[in-house]
Amino acid sequence: MMKRKKTSIKNYITYAIALGAFAVMMLLIATGNATRHLQSMLVPICINIVLAASLNLVVGVLGELSLGHAGFMSVGAYAGCLFSLYMQEILPTAVRFPLAMLVGGIVAAVFGVLVGVPVLRLKGDYLAIVTLAFGEIIRSIIINLNFTGGAAGLKGTPQDATFPAAFIVVMITLVVILNLVNSKQGRAIMSLRDNTIAAESCGIHVSYYKLLAFVVAAFFAGVAGALYGHNYSILTASTFDYNKSIEILVIVVLGGMGSIRGSMIAAVVMTVLPEALRFMSDYRMLIYALVLIAIMLLNASPAFSKLKGNLKKLFAGRRGREEA
Amino acid sequence: MDFLSNLISGLSLGSIYALIALGYTMVYGIAKMLNFAHGDIIMVGAFTVIVCVNMCGLPTWVGAILSVLVCVLLGVVIERVAYKPLRKSPPLTVLITAIGVSYLLQSLAQLVFGSGLHSFPKVVSIPPVQLGELTIKGDALATLAVSALIMVALTLFIGKTRMGKAMRAVSEDKDAAELMGISVNKTISVTFAIGSALAAVAGIFYGSTYGFIGPYTGSMPGIKAFVAAVFGGIGSIPGAMIGGLALGIIENLSKAYISTELSDAIVFGVLIVVLLLKPTGLLGKKIKEKV
Amino acid sequence: MKAMKKTVSLVLAVVLCMVCFAGCKKNGGSDEQTLIIGGSGPLTGDAAAYGIAVQNGAKLAIDEINAAGGVNGIKLTLKFEDDVCDPATAVNAYATLYDAGTKVSLGAVTSGACVAVTEEVKKDGMLMLTPSASQKECTQYDNCFRVCFMDPDQGTYAAEFMAEHKIGTKVAVLYDSSSDYSKGIYETFMKKAAELGLDVVTEQAFTDQSKTDFSVQLQAIKNSGADVLFMPFYYQEAALVITQAEAAGLDVTYFGVDGMDGIIEQMGEANKEMTEGILLLTPFVASSTDEKIASFVKNYEAAYKMTPSQFAADAYDAIYTIKAAMEKAEIADVKDKELNAKLIDAMTKIEVDGVTGKMTWDANGEPTKSAQAVVIKDGAYVEYAD
Repeated sequence: MMKRKKTSIKNYITYAIALGAFAVMMLLIATGNATRHLQSMLVPICINIVLAASLNLVVGVLGELSLGHAGFMSVGAYAGCLFSLYMQEILPTAVRFPLAMLVGGIVAAVFGVLVGVPVLRLKGDYLAIVTLAFGEIIRSIIINLNFTGGAAGLKGTPQDATFPAAFIVVMITLVVILNLVNSKQGRAIMSLRDNTIAAESCGIHVSYYKLLAFVVAAFFAGVAGALYGHNYSILTASTFDYNKSIEILVIVVLGGMGSIRGSMIAAVVMTVLPEALRFMSDYRMLIYALVLIAIMLLNASPAFSKLKGNLKKLFAGRRGREEA
Repeated sequence: MDFLSNLISGLSLGSIYALIALGYTMVYGIAKMLNFAHGDIIMVGAFTVIVCVNMCGLPTWVGAILSVLVCVLLGVVIERVAYKPLRKSPPLTVLITAIGVSYLLQSLAQLVFGSGLHSFPKVVSIPPVQLGELTIKGDALATLAVSALIMVALTLFIGKTRMGKAMRAVSEDKDAAELMGISVNKTISVTFAIGSALAAVAGIFYGSTYGFIGPYTGSMPGIKAFVAAVFGGIGSIPGAMIGGLALGIIENLSKAYISTELSDAIVFGVLIVVLLLKPTGLLGKKIKEKV
Repeated sequence: MKAMKKTVSLVLAVVLCMVCFAGCKKNGGSDEQTLIIGGSGPLTGDAAAYGIAVQNGAKLAIDEINAAGGVNGIKLTLKFEDDVCDPATAVNAYATLYDAGTKVSLGAVTSGACVAVTEEVKKDGMLMLTPSASQKECTQYDNCFRVCFMDPDQGTYAAEFMAEHKIGTKVAVLYDSSSDYSKGIYETFMKKAAELGLDVVTEQAFTDQSKTDFSVQLQAIKNSGADVLFMPFYYQEAALVITQAEAAGLDVTYFGVDGMDGIIEQMGEANKEMTEGILLLTPFVASSTDEKIASFVKNYEAAYKMTPSQFAADAYDAIYTIKAAMEKAEIADVKDKELNAKLIDAMTKIEVDGVTGKMTWDANGEPTKSAQAVVIKDGAYVEYAD
């Protein structure tokens, strides 16, 4: 009972951080203090949060490496955008845009089932390569289809994605994923990560729970894709190559495996970082690479862990006093 | 006749993949990490030859030797600086670091050499072989022969030498190997040195076959070789050879008889089917499940 | 422990945001009589060569104009950002440029990115003149113009030229099916070729995932008995294709479009004989004896130690076009509220005699200029003659 309460408090802190950041941004925009550059990053940040939180479900919570998240994102993006293009005249934006995201999510989830059922029996690096392969197959096919606009890209999708709309999507994603993680199903999924055999012998249906995590992740990747599609006037298949999947994976690893709040914060950092490095001009990618390596090394270094340990003690001490 | 010539061109493409995959699989087999920067070490190796031969006017064989040395040094340094501190970290952290190293090498190469393609000197010049109506390119034969040679040499090295034995021990259980008096750090350094030397060789053959090298040249072959290595069973040296050749042949035959646009999709599709039938690749070891 | 990691990350995030703010604010107050021209293109990644060429070409033109005293006393400044060919990053890049006080946009170098940027410039009513984005939709709004040819036009023109000058009897086509540029030209070429009764014997494609080994495609082209090979893609891929085609003993006339420009430098001295006889349709020829072009090439080579490509030439012309528009609209003050409207209005009224030919613009934003057919002889471009 005690533990239950603790996790729900942690979740509320996560929501509070998100809401607080949203309020600050809205205030900045309202008072005219947000630069155009900052504003242009808001929706991409939201998209990356949804992507990272959903991938974390597979990588962090389920413990399986997936390199095909961009594939689900592209399926969702194309499905959502095509829906919007055909329904533009028929439905008002307020109805069509949420529906388009739902369509994107559902189509991606269907693909999640199609891919998940056969491949989830693979393990580790083999699963990783199959998901990477799946992402690349999707990309090849989209480029060669006519109704997706082919190599030239799909154009003319209405640009409905606004920051508040994107933020609502983020909140829904957080609520669904955090509640899933803390539910009976979530604990079953985590037990598969920690010890599949032990979990199986306790009567946990391995395939079902693996597929559940995979499909939920695919659904939200699709929603994020549709959001992406409605933020720009052009959708090109080359956006969703394996580098995109890796980009999302970097966010998840940086934020901490299984930590949805970590994913949320890391998504902000990793979206802003390359943009904030623009003043480095030619050295931008070089610095980005160095920062990436440095963060990974720093997280693993004993001195840093010790520092974190000390800080934690300090933090815990303070919290202890507060509770008392 | 057409079929044969397509098959042969597939073999020659596959031998390049095999050569790269050998390095990939070697590092994976011992250090248990996906070295995503392997493709970029190939690029560095190829650029070293360009610098030596085109810019400093050294003979090609000197360029080739220097290229191997530079890559060995680079491989060992990367391992020491970026991967060694992460030996106890989860594999994903190492993977992301490797990706970081890959970006780093690419952007460094772009800063030094510019973004365009540089023409690569002819290092391997073997005249084409004529078999009736069929022409087999000389560099293709050389690549194939070298890959096969390396495969045999690596298998012997790992199977017969002291160092090879140490490598097998490290790949089996690092801690136990350490207790047996094997220096894990030294063994992994040697693994990276060999892997990078193989990357340099692959870079030289890649450059001679296709003639042009740019800062991003290594990334696609790197991915394809990764696929080839998994195809054959990652960690298995003959598997990398077979996987590479199979990938090249499938790619070229699907281009010739199915669709040039969809050949990549077909290659990846075949990979998925193979892995579904044999979940650890063609020659991969079974994954032991601990109870 | 986990909580701490997150706190550290949060601090990091805040710091980064502040860096971002600082970076944006700093450039806000610019000199009164400086007009900032902003553009984006791939400066890193696979396509970086094209973005860098545009940046260099534009920079060269701006330096020349400033050295000569600017336009009506107004100095020009170039701000160029990296968009790695990605529409989303291009929009971010545009926002950075907007914050930096950009008044005229060069759009983006590549088509997909440029289409995304058109949406943004439309909101701001800014004049956009893209040097090189060739897809039709890159000029979809009234304030959008371009210097290069539109993809569909190039395909049509290539087919017409081939039929008119009887370049070969059997045509083979090789194109990059993952590139909007290549596929766009290919599609209109095929349409026109069918109309004109050209005998297209084989169509082969490659993709960005497999563009190093062309043996199968070249084998099929060889078997088809084609005597001319239409290659609507860029010189970097063309260099790979041609070296492999020569090794495979293919005996065809290589026929390229404007992206092929740069092939001589790419192939280098070592492969000089392979370039012999390559035909291309291009508005810009670096080895031209025309005084204007020769001086551009000379200055470019002096500044960047390489021969300018089509991209650099288009960017160079784009800047001179902006200059012409400013002169036509008699812009004397960059703070003029009507600046954009005046410039956009002037665009259709000017004529620019640039290094890529004489150009005027229609209301659709398309330039009217002619492509020249050139053929490579002894490592140099010469005008094509039947």
